[in-house]
Amino acid sequence: MEMPAPDSRVLSRKAQIVARLSEILPRDAVISDERETRAYECDALTAYKCPPLCAVLPASTKEVSDVLRLCHEMGVPVVPRGSGTSLAGGALPTADCVILGVARMNDVIETNYDDRYIRVQTGRTNLSVTGAVETNGFFYAPDPSSQLACAIAGNIAMNSGGAHCLKYGVTTNNLMGVTMVLMDGTVVDVGGAHLDAGGLDILGVICGSEGQLGVVTEATLRILHKPENARPVLMGYDSSEVAGQVVTDIIKAGILPVAIEFMDRPCIAATEAFAKAGYPMCEALLIVEVEGSDAEIDAQLKLIMEIAGRHNPVELREARDADEAGRIWLGRKSAFGAMGQINDYMCLDGTIPVSSLPFVLRRIGEMSREFGLDVGNVFHAGDGNMHPLILFDANKPGDLERCEAFGAEILKLCVEVGGCLTGEHGVGIEKRDLMNVQYDPADLEAQMAIKDIFDPAWLLNAAKVFPLEASLARRAA
Amino acid sequence: MTPMSEEELAQMVAGANGPLRIRGGGTRPIGHCAGEELNTSAMRGISLYEPGALTIVAGAGTPVAEVQKALAAENQRLAFEPMDHRAMLGTEGAPTLGGMVAANVSGPRRISVGACRDFMLGVRFVDGQGNIIKNGGRVMKNVTGYDLVKLLSGSYGTLGVLTEVSLKVLPDVETTGTLRLHGLSDRQAVAALSAALGSPFEVTAAAHAPKGPSGDPVTMLRIEGFADSVTYRADRLRDLLKVYGEVDVAVGDGAAWEAVRDVTAFADQPGDVWRISAKPSEAPDLVARMEAKAVQYDWGGGLIWALTDAGRDLRAALGAFDGHATLIRGTADVPTFQPETPALAAITAGLRTKFDPRGILNPGIMT
Repeated sequence: MEMPAPDSRVLSRKAQIVARLSEILPRDAVISDERETRAYECDALTAYKCPPLCAVLPASTKEVSDVLRLCHEMGVPVVPRGSGTSLAGGALPTADCVILGVARMNDVIETNYDDRYIRVQTGRTNLSVTGAVETNGFFYAPDPSSQLACAIAGNIAMNSGGAHCLKYGVTTNNLMGVTMVLMDGTVVDVGGAHLDAGGLDILGVICGSEGQLGVVTEATLRILHKPENARPVLMGYDSSEVAGQVVTDIIKAGILPVAIEFMDRPCIAATEAFAKAGYPMCEALLIVEVEGSDAEIDAQLKLIMEIAGRHNPVELREARDADEAGRIWLGRKSAFGAMGQINDYMCLDGTIPVSSLPFVLRRIGEMSREFGLDVGNVFHAGDGNMHPLILFDANKPGDLERCEAFGAEILKLCVEVGGCLTGEHGVGIEKRDLMNVQYDPADLEAQMAIKDIFDPAWLLNAAKVFPLEASLARRAA
Repeated sequence: MTPMSEEELAQMVAGANGPLRIRGGGTRPIGHCAGEELNTSAMRGISLYEPGALTIVAGAGTPVAEVQKALAAENQRLAFEPMDHRAMLGTEGAPTLGGMVAANVSGPRRISVGACRDFMLGVRFVDGQGNIIKNGGRVMKNVTGYDLVKLLSGSYGTLGVLTEVSLKVLPDVETTGTLRLHGLSDRQAVAALSAALGSPFEVTAAAHAPKGPSGDPVTMLRIEGFADSVTYRADRLRDLLKVYGEVDVAVGDGAAWEAVRDVTAFADQPGDVWRISAKPSEAPDLVARMEAKAVQYDWGGGLIWALTDAGRDLRAALGAFDGHATLIRGTADVPTFQPETPALAAITAGLRTKFDPRGILNPGIMT
């Protein structure tokens, strides 16, 4: 993955930049020792590493504003960082950048159960937002699988999803307002504890802008009362076509489960070896979860089981208690870890129209043989968000490149059938150079024009999202 | 001008010498706008509908009613329940998909499922220089690049002329239940609605009229789903709300919700109509400050419709608050949309200049 050459005019001023940052921040908030900056050299896309010039950990919106104003003045690039869990390289540094980490900003500012929102500093982790309201029976709905570690700042930057977004939507559908600092230090408040924009929907374009428009320091998030109960069923089929049909039939019957998860045979095999969840060995396994009171769950599951039963399942298992529910989810939740036991893997997240599922899975199987790399598929079937996991050996020369080439072909296939490159992980550096596959030059120009307004000098996370040659003139200016 | 295709529209915009007034069905003439009419009604038709994928794609000029009919045939719907402005604004014609999206039009169910913009999956549009641009697509989860889909939704044609939109749709429901409480003060009503919306019983609409059809206060809640589930939740909500008074439960009653959605109570009343988005718990205080002729609360108090004497600047009475007020119908010589803070206004102005450097797309509407 190509990254732009670091700016020698910035590298040569490191001492001066660090000294200026140390004037405006507490001493322990500026990290410039090369042994310590290495902690920020990558995010969860660990194949790519580059220690930053230095890292700063501001503790307030004011400090973020001071840092950005200074970097703007001195022409120093900045890469914002939440918890560093991006699978797309969204927080990958460049050698000439200041990493701006929001980890010290993790306070709850306000909770309001009557108006159903919480306002937090964005360094707070996703799960701890729910943690702050669950004693009152509430939760924050978006639940990316990294929710224990990932920060709200990163969730907003990537517009993160999760397993339950079929019913509750993704981050953008649960975000009511932000305080954001622009690259020149300007603090902007957008939205608030009310619904919808009073003018242009600026909040809508901030969410998912991958840290390229500003640094979001505070966020107002919608919270909901927890459902009375939730219960999953597990079903196995001997073809992915049939499993795909079951998904379609459930949705067409007017049932909206909170989650419909799909795993294919390679993934089931890996998971069984690792977690021993007792899954049937078959071509396609579905986990369908519904919510409500016990009576409502019974009624919905009865309909779902009828539909599932019509398609000759090899297994059909309803959770009778919390223990059984836990076992049904166990395999799915350990799928990534299980694949990781076998080998290094690359996790993609292209999204496809649900109707293309069987075709896409068949093509991925064929490509797996062509490239000589194994692949397992886990995926949010209700919304078509795939997660093919390509296995490779990072220590074997050429394997990473082969894996990336295979991944690129899968993503092109997703676009070809009417889908997109990324459903919830973001573009980062990983899919940056594939953006031309999904978008024409005019489409990309319109997106880059937005960055021109928020960050005219292209100092914020500039080498991400857009193909390097497309953004070259702007970055070089 | 009535372009027959996206290409023709792009040429017309590129070749325009002056302001263009973009028109879908012409049923929501909000704000002041002069210029040559650019009518999108010929770019119509559903190009893709996959009920199993909960997705529909159609031309911007497609009548909303045509889409709703196609969805109803598959037992699905536009869940955000778009308002029909015709009665309240005294307009005729057929609301179009493009107009609905351009104005981010939602209805009572917005409080539970989200607004029109939350159901938008993709757009195609022509910017102020005649460039054809697409963003998003037709799949439910998409974070590929910046989200111009949200930005265009509710932009009232000022950033581009929509030519095609893709939307997420949802299953229709088997049964609707309507719960009513009578005689509550505004403050009690908002507290009752908040209690219901903060429960696990999936309330899909929550409204209050200080003067209901009979002249007395009526507070309404809606629950939807399979029949047994509606019955169960109605019982539980009745228990939960008994501190606020007796709760009547009716099955169905869609007409009452259509009246809330379309604010028909103000239809034949003289005066200006304002739409205020606010923090629900602050809404009763705001209403007290308004001295309006009539008000109606929706979204659990988060949306206030106010009927005022013609020509008044309601914002002066409201003062600073967490929210915004839009003049939907009226003669007041004030900005139609809530003035933004300087920092936000600078971003808005910058975006306008980028997408429409000549300032020819619906100039004057979003001021």
